[in-house]
Amino acid sequence: MSVMEQDSAGAPARASLMNDPKVRGYFYQMLLVVLLLTFGYIIVTNTIANLERQNIASGWGFLENTAGFGIIQSLVPYTETSSYGQAIFVGFLNTVLVAVVGIFCATIIGFVVGIARLSNNWVISRLAYCYVELIRNVPLLLQIFFWYFAVLRAVPGKREKWSLFDTFHLNIAGLRGPKPIWEPGAEFIGYALIIAIVATVAVSRWARKRQENTGQQFPVFWTAVGLIIGLPLITYLATGMPIQLEHPNFVETGPRLRQGFELGVGFNLIPEFLALTAALAIYTAAFIAEIVRAGIQAVSHGQTEAAHALGIRQGPTLRLVIIPQAMRVIIPPLTSQYLNLTKNSSLAVAIAFPDLVSVGGTVLNQTGQAIEIIGIWMAVYLSLSLLTSAFMNWYNQRMALVER
Amino acid sequence: MSNKILPLVLGAAMGVAASTAAGATTLEDVKAKGFIQCGVSQGLPGFSNPDAQGNWTGLDVDLCRAMAAAVFGDASAVKFTPLSAKERFTALQSGEVDVLSRNTTWTMSRDTQLGLNFAGVNYYDGQGFMVRKDLGVTSALELSGASVCTNTGTTTELNVADYFRANNMPYEIVAFEKADEVVAAYDAGRCDVYTTDASGLYAQRLKLTNPGDHMVLPEIISKEPLGPVVRQGDDEWFNVAKWTLNAMINAEELGVTSANVDEMKSSDNPSIKRMLGVEGAFGEGIGLSNDWAYNVIKNVGNYEESFNANVGPDTPLGISRGVNALWSDGGFLYAPPIR
Repeated sequence: MSVMEQDSAGAPARASLMNDPKVRGYFYQMLLVVLLLTFGYIIVTNTIANLERQNIASGWGFLENTAGFGIIQSLVPYTETSSYGQAIFVGFLNTVLVAVVGIFCATIIGFVVGIARLSNNWVISRLAYCYVELIRNVPLLLQIFFWYFAVLRAVPGKREKWSLFDTFHLNIAGLRGPKPIWEPGAEFIGYALIIAIVATVAVSRWARKRQENTGQQFPVFWTAVGLIIGLPLITYLATGMPIQLEHPNFVETGPRLRQGFELGVGFNLIPEFLALTAALAIYTAAFIAEIVRAGIQAVSHGQTEAAHALGIRQGPTLRLVIIPQAMRVIIPPLTSQYLNLTKNSSLAVAIAFPDLVSVGGTVLNQTGQAIEIIGIWMAVYLSLSLLTSAFMNWYNQRMALVER
Repeated sequence: MSNKILPLVLGAAMGVAASTAAGATTLEDVKAKGFIQCGVSQGLPGFSNPDAQGNWTGLDVDLCRAMAAAVFGDASAVKFTPLSAKERFTALQSGEVDVLSRNTTWTMSRDTQLGLNFAGVNYYDGQGFMVRKDLGVTSALELSGASVCTNTGTTTELNVADYFRANNMPYEIVAFEKADEVVAAYDAGRCDVYTTDASGLYAQRLKLTNPGDHMVLPEIISKEPLGPVVRQGDDEWFNVAKWTLNAMINAEELGVTSANVDEMKSSDNPSIKRMLGVEGAFGEGIGLSNDWAYNVIKNVGNYEESFNANVGPDTPLGISRGVNALWSDGGFLYAPPIR
C-alpha cells in the first residue's frame, strides 16, 4: 500500500485513481505476478545455492549414463546397458499401460455394478451394494497387497501350472499364453484393421443419416463386427497366414531350477502387473459404480415412462434415452476417477511392478538426482492428467445437451 | 515411498532444514535440541530393528546410541527415523536426520556426488544369494534363468545385474521397495533367489516360514563396506561420527569393556588413559567433553560387545566375526589410535 501512496503522491486525480476499480484490479494483478515471479526466483536460486553448498551434483546429463539395473517388464527393448533415460521411459510406458488397461476394466466393471445396483432383483442389487461398500472402504494399498500376496500364495508354484485349453497357463510367475510372431506380410493385417475401422465409422454415419431421412434402421453393430473381425481375417488367409504363435515352453525335466516355464518364450503377464491392474480396476470401479447409479437416478423417471408410452422397449430405452442423459451427469466425476486411477498406479512400487515411480526411484537412488527425478514425475503425471481431462472434456462437450 | 521423499526434497530445496538455514553446525543443532536424529533401516534384525515396545536394537542402532553417549553422556538421547533404501540419502541431505546408520554401502559415487561423507565401516559385508535347499543348487553360477527378488534402489540391484551379465546368465529381477515385501514374495515362491548383503540374508532368513529350508550360497559377489554416513561440509560432526566408531574399535583392542571401564580409568596403559580422558584433552578436539569415549564405552560398550549382543554367534543370526575381527585377530577392523 505504501508503494501505491508514493506513486500517486501529488497527483490531482488521486482519489479517483485509487477508487477506480479497473486500475485497482490491474494493480493487484501486477502485484500478484511480481510476487509470484519473485517467489519462484528465490526458490530456484536458493535451491541451486543449497545444492552447490552441499556438493550435490545437478543437471540432466545423468539421463544418458548407463543404468546398470534390470527391469522385469518393458514394452520397448531394454537391457542393463541402456541409459537412465531409457529406463525412465520404460517405467513411463508401464504406467501408461496400467492406466489404460485399468481404466478400461474399471469402466466396464463400474457400469455393470452401477446398473446392477439399480436392478429390481434384490439379490443382484444387494450384491452390488456390498461390493461397493466393501471395496471403497478398504485402503487401496491393502487391496494391492491382498491381490498380490494372497493370490501369489494361492496359485501353483513355478514348477506347476493351471492350464486353460492347454493354451493359457497360470502359475506364480504369471499368466502365460501364445505370443504372436509377426512375419513379412503381417503388416497388411494391420492395414486391413485400420480400413475396417474407417469403414465402420463411415457406415455408422451413413446409417444415422439414412435413419434421420427415412426412418429405416440398419444393423450397424453386426456390420461393424463383420468388418472388424472379417476383413483382417480374410487378409490373414490371403497373405498366407503370416502370424505364427509361439507357445510358452514348459520344461519338466532337468535341474529343478530350470523346470517350469522358460524365460522369454511365449507371452507372459507378470503377477505384479495382474495384481496391480486388478486392484486398481476393482477399487476404482466401486466409485464409478456409484457415479453411474447417481447419473441414472438423476434422469427423471418420466423419461422412462415417456419412452415406454412411445412403444420403445426396455433395452433401447436404457440405451437411447436414459444412458445418454445420464452420461452428462456421469462424465465429469468419471474424469476424476480416471485421473485418480492413473495417479494411484504409483503404488506399484510396493509390489515390484516397474512403473514410473518405481523405476524413477531406483534412478534417484543410484544417481542422487532427487530434484530432477521428482520434476520428471510431476511433469509426467501432470501431462497424463491434463491429457485425460482434455479428452474427457471434449467427450463431455459432445455429450452435452444440444438444444434444438 | 515417494510421498515421503517429496517433502524432504522440497525441504532441501527451500533450505528450511534448520541446520542449513541457521548456519549452525550439526553438533550445535544436536546439542540445542537435546537428541540425535538417526536414520535407520525399516527393520533388519541384528542391525536396526524395533522390538514390540518400539525400542530399537542392533549394531547400527548402537552406533547412534554411542554418538549420543559421546555428545550427551546419555545413550538414550536418540530418536530413530526408519528409512527405505530409496529415501535414506535425501533424508540425510535435507537435514531430516543427523546421521544415517543404516547398513549403507560406501561407494565412490555416494561419497563424491551426493554431498555425503562416510565416517568409517562398522561392518564389512558382501552380497550373497539365498535359495531353497530343494532347488539342488550349490553355486551361484548354476542360477542361469532364475528369478531374483531384491530391494529397489540399492547397490544390490546393480551388483546382481553385473554378476548375471558377466556370467552370461539370463535372469529376471523382481525389485521391491521394502525388505519385508521381498521376504514375503520370496517366501511365497515368487522368486528362486533372494539376494542382498550376506548379513541381511541371515537376518531376513529368520522371518521366513521355514528358515531351515533355505541356504545361503557360498559366492560373495561384491564388497559391501557398511558404515555410518553424515552430510559433507560439516567436519566437526563428521569427526564425532568417525571417532565414536574408532573409540568402540579401539576399546575392544585395548580390552576396555562397559563392565571394566571404571577400573580401567586407573590403568597404567597410556593409550587407555588417553582414550578415557584421564590424560590429554582429546574431547576438545571434536567439540565434546573429555570423557566422551568413557561415556561411549560405559553406556554402549566396545565393538565386540555390540557385535556379540546383536549379530554374534550367540544371537539368532549367529554370524561369526570373520573379516569383521580386529586386525590383530586377522580381520579388517583397524582404528587409528587416539593420541
